[in-house]
Amino acid sequence: MKSRSFLLFIVVFALTLLGPVEAFAQGSAPSDDDVNRIAKELYCPVCENTPLDVCPTQACAEWREQIRLMLAEGKTDAEIKQYFVDYYGARVLAEPPRQGFNWLAYLVPPVLIAFGIFVLARTLKGWAKHDITESHGGESEPQAEVDEYVRRLEEELHKRQ
Amino acid sequence: MSLQQQKRGVSLWVQMLIWLSITGLLVLVGLGLWKAQRPMVSVGSPAPDFNLTLFEGYNFDGAPSVKLSDLRGRLVVINFWASWCKPCEQEAAVLETAWRLYQPGGEVVFLGIAWTDTEPKSKAFLKRFDITYPNGPDLGTRISQLYNRNLGVPETYFIGRDGLLKHIQIGPFSSVSQLQALIDRLLAE
Repeated sequence: MKSRSFLLFIVVFALTLLGPVEAFAQGSAPSDDDVNRIAKELYCPVCENTPLDVCPTQACAEWREQIRLMLAEGKTDAEIKQYFVDYYGARVLAEPPRQGFNWLAYLVPPVLIAFGIFVLARTLKGWAKHDITESHGGESEPQAEVDEYVRRLEEELHKRQ
Repeated sequence: MSLQQQKRGVSLWVQMLIWLSITGLLVLVGLGLWKAQRPMVSVGSPAPDFNLTLFEGYNFDGAPSVKLSDLRGRLVVINFWASWCKPCEQEAAVLETAWRLYQPGGEVVFLGIAWTDTEPKSKAFLKRFDITYPNGPDLGTRISQLYNRNLGVPETYFIGRDGLLKHIQIGPFSSVSQLQALIDRLLAE
């Protein structure tokens, strides 16, 4: 009985050791997360507005399989993306490559934002100056004209009384 | 401070620069839209030229690639397909049978172009259906963009001996006789 328990212990112990060994062996196979890390940066031309990692079509499933295959071959993320660009064109990339007219996509928004900030700052500065002038008792010309008109109107009213 | 001084605006050259930039941007956007909305290559117009690099194991007159303009004087049947496309599977046997009928005469050339397909799957498809006519991938999707086709697969384009586009078949051919009738009509023109 004692020896049977010991044997069972040995078997269970061996199995617990085997588990991690198997997991380690499978560790070299790319996981779905590994595949999706690259896939989310790609778009297949069949379904243009859906990123590859969530695209449900058969075409996209095959593309993801291709990524898995290349990862298993030891290819880097950059090499895989370059393969897809060579094979299907730059339009598969989520971010257009920084070259030629594509630079507009990167340069125009910051330039427009900077211009907007400049206009806003200038306008705010103008308003601030205007407020300071008024608080120091200065009167702008139209205000002076209105006051003069009021003074004359009151004068006329007094005369009639 | 006078009112005129307060209203002093940005200098003229800055205004010009801003307007030029806006105009330039609008022109670029307009060009992009025009390019995107261009109609598909139409029947009767010259077929855009392209160079098709063939899959390993395929050749055309011994060369690993084929240029459309080099085929002037022959009727060219260009079929866009993909391994993930079910109708393409139905059509594969029809195209291969027709190719074997016309190949000895040399008047008709069939070209298969794998569209947005992965290379291993394309090769497996060709092997599965025993496709013998020249086939290659649409590298960079350059050929499909030249033909401005976005409708899916299969699609078949017929280029006449004169280099003009004669017919576009959207969807699969259902029978060899259907394809044969069309080819014979175009050969008779």
